Amino acid sequence: MSSQAASPASTPPPLNYLNAHYGIRSWLLTTDHKRIALLYLASVTFFFILGGTFAGLIRIHLLTPRGYLVTPETYNKLFTMHGIVMIFFFLIPSIPAVLGNFLIPMMIGAKDLAFPKLNLLSWYIYNLGALFALFAIINGGVDTGWTFYTPFSSLYSNTSVAPAAIGIFITGFTSILTGLNFVVTIHTMRAPGMTWFRLPIFVWAHYATSVIFILGTPVIAITLLLVALERLFHFGFFNPALGGDPILFQHLFWFYSHPAVYIMILPAMGVVSEIIPTLSRKPLFGYPFVAAASMAIAVIGFFVWAHHMFVAGQSPYSALVFSLLSYMVAIPSAVKVFNWVATLYKGSISYDTPMLYALGFIGLFVVGGLTGLFLACLGVDVHVHDTYFVIAHFHYIMVGGAVMAYMGGLHFWWPKITGRMYPESVARVAAVILFVGFNLTFFPQFILGYLGMPRRYHNYPPEFQVFNVMSTAGASILAVGYILPMIYFIWSMRYGAVAPRNPWPGTGLEWQTPSPPPTENFEKTPVVTWEPYDFYNRPDLGLTGPEPPSPPGSGPALSPAGDD
Amino acid sequence: MIAQSELPLFPRGASSFAGGVDSLFLYLLAVSAFFAGLIFLVILYSFVKYRRRQKMEIGVPIHGNMKLEAAWIAIPSFFALVMFGWGASIYINMRRAPQDTLDIYVVAKQWMWKLQQPDGRREINELHIPAGRNIRLIMASEDVIHDFFVPAFRVKQDVVPGRYTTMWFRATRPGRYRFFCSQYCGTNHAAMGGWVTVMEPAEYQAWLSGSAGEPDTAAAGAKLFQQLACISCHTGLSTGRGPVLNGLFGSKVQLADGRALVVDEAYIRQCILDPKVNIPSGYQPIMPAFQGLVTEEQILDLIAYIKSLPAPGGTAPGAALPEGPRKGAP
Repeated sequence: MSSQAASPASTPPPLNYLNAHYGIRSWLLTTDHKRIALLYLASVTFFFILGGTFAGLIRIHLLTPRGYLVTPETYNKLFTMHGIVMIFFFLIPSIPAVLGNFLIPMMIGAKDLAFPKLNLLSWYIYNLGALFALFAIINGGVDTGWTFYTPFSSLYSNTSVAPAAIGIFITGFTSILTGLNFVVTIHTMRAPGMTWFRLPIFVWAHYATSVIFILGTPVIAITLLLVALERLFHFGFFNPALGGDPILFQHLFWFYSHPAVYIMILPAMGVVSEIIPTLSRKPLFGYPFVAAASMAIAVIGFFVWAHHMFVAGQSPYSALVFSLLSYMVAIPSAVKVFNWVATLYKGSISYDTPMLYALGFIGLFVVGGLTGLFLACLGVDVHVHDTYFVIAHFHYIMVGGAVMAYMGGLHFWWPKITGRMYPESVARVAAVILFVGFNLTFFPQFILGYLGMPRRYHNYPPEFQVFNVMSTAGASILAVGYILPMIYFIWSMRYGAVAPRNPWPGTGLEWQTPSPPPTENFEKTPVVTWEPYDFYNRPDLGLTGPEPPSPPGSGPALSPAGDD
Repeated sequence: MIAQSELPLFPRGASSFAGGVDSLFLYLLAVSAFFAGLIFLVILYSFVKYRRRQKMEIGVPIHGNMKLEAAWIAIPSFFALVMFGWGASIYINMRRAPQDTLDIYVVAKQWMWKLQQPDGRREINELHIPAGRNIRLIMASEDVIHDFFVPAFRVKQDVVPGRYTTMWFRATRPGRYRFFCSQYCGTNHAAMGGWVTVMEPAEYQAWLSGSAGEPDTAAAGAKLFQQLACISCHTGLSTGRGPVLNGLFGSKVQLADGRALVVDEAYIRQCILDPKVNIPSGYQPIMPAFQGLVTEEQILDLIAYIKSLPAPGGTAPGAALPEGPRKGAP
């Protein structure tokens, strides 16, 4: 990571967070939020590759109806570990712990998070939990599905359920502590003039996410602990033979795991809400609505969990309530989409890679969101529940939404993180490959789902083969779309063009510090006198408007922004 | 779902629910396509029309529009409410079985289905039913959660250990249709499926009558009743320590705690496994719990036996007559 190659072309500050200290100790004992973000980047990238490898094996296995690659036991372990790794060790920490950690203090004009040592501790806790999960994988794997449904997980599975559950339990504390850190930081460390409604939407999104982290994570922690206790010591929480209730587990599990979906998508929406105004050079349309929608999603998201249980035998009346609430939570998401699209109107739209990812995000999120309406619909859910329709839906949200936004965010802030530009034309090609590969992989699964192919099947009736072959072909294209950025990101750290401090340019505080930023972010505490995404009144950015911008006379003196 | 040569895009429908579910699905598809199309068109239009022409130009500073915000909160909410209401009405219908059902007992276990006709005939991973008749499945699991899913009927229901769950449907078209286990249940989850054969009613009767020599479940239940020593208290006389079971099924019992319940399958099952929950008025809570001592299939045999016992003054309700009052779907 310490590729501070000599760059005589520009005049960067002599010291930045990357070259201020050297050596492995300076990384492993750092309390700098930016270095910790890079530690997380390394960790989650490792798990992304691991989870992606599992996914690749699953798709190869499903090429033929009889599935020749692996045994049923192995197949069940593959999809279980794909889910556990991707959800708990990649998606949940990805945007908050990498981009959120790096950017939130800078975006609000602070030197660091409120509790820097706690931030470092969070990373160590993550890795401790990750070690348990890796132990579970090496120790033969887990075959319960990432959902750990009882009594299968607590009594019948003969695999390493307890280590995996304990690993997730431990990693949960990373979420709780990071959420706490973000909330306190956003409340107490905003720079002078950074009022709540001048916060970038990225910060609002992470505030909402942090609330879910703090309120939801303890529930999954307790639930998995109960599973481990029932498994190891035969307490009768979920086992009906001992007076327990297997459905109780599902209530507890989804009480966290549905909000967890919003943990994964809200930060992604925050990223997109930064990229679109900046690369359209227009204020975000309906800022207060977009900000409020994040909070509405976080709150309502806690009251929809039982829509995962419409066919589990619950009371039809409770199903009615949860269906209605599920429709309510869809409205704020729709509001966000409409506002993003309206932001494009009469903009100055750049074709830079982050914009391609942001638009790709909207397209895929729209499909994922609309198919969520099918699943919230009681009469239709009975048919498509637990089929590939569900798989397609949540991959459109999680991969098409969260991962596309994560990729877009990495490109968008890569110049700030590394001080180098990524290669633009290769990156555009990779973004298009990713988009095409994604759709080819997951769109056929909607059709498979309505045709009735159940999820978690290691073999399937021959009439489903065509769509499985399409899906596997798409996955191979998708893999290329992920491998390309990994190569050129690493390449750019040494050979990329030196990045100016504000390449796009953006209006946020993070663009006012050098690239890469110094250890304490700002030379002196910034004072905010402008509205977010207001390019019109910012002559310091060096842009030209439809009319001459009125001089606010207050923007901080900046070096002229260069483009590309 | 018989293998088709051409590319299948839409599943066959063969139950009274299929048409309604498909119509609702197509409504959802149309609304979704409209909104997605609108959004994609605006994005594409803006992407081309408002592309950046000069390196330093900025967009028109538009901050928002309250009327637009109100419109795109209200209009999607309206469509969503229609989706909710329509979906809810189909769902309620699926959950409320009519009175005149043909009852099939289903026991799921890793990794097979045992399905039992009203006359006691048993099948494994095969179910024969008559077309045009309301069928109710009363389902139990011996181990983990399973799920009975017939794509062509557009119905599915989890089978949860420790309780009975029920589902109903009316097949409309004779044919062979796949059913799946769609709740992940372990190693051979994918192998836990089979075929529903829908027959013309006459054909079904012929198939049933060809079932001579099949085990008589009520007789098996009677044998268990002896083996488990149920008979030592449930002597069949009002002087016994346990209630008289003759004619019990379908009747109303008064409980010691003041509740009154109609005796159905779920009630008998609970009384066998955990008798302390429902103590009939006038009896002592002395019956031992049989939790862990009998399998779900044995419980079904015992239920069949209890159903076959003649009512004190009349004829046997008979296990073959499926009409029984019920408390509604769990």
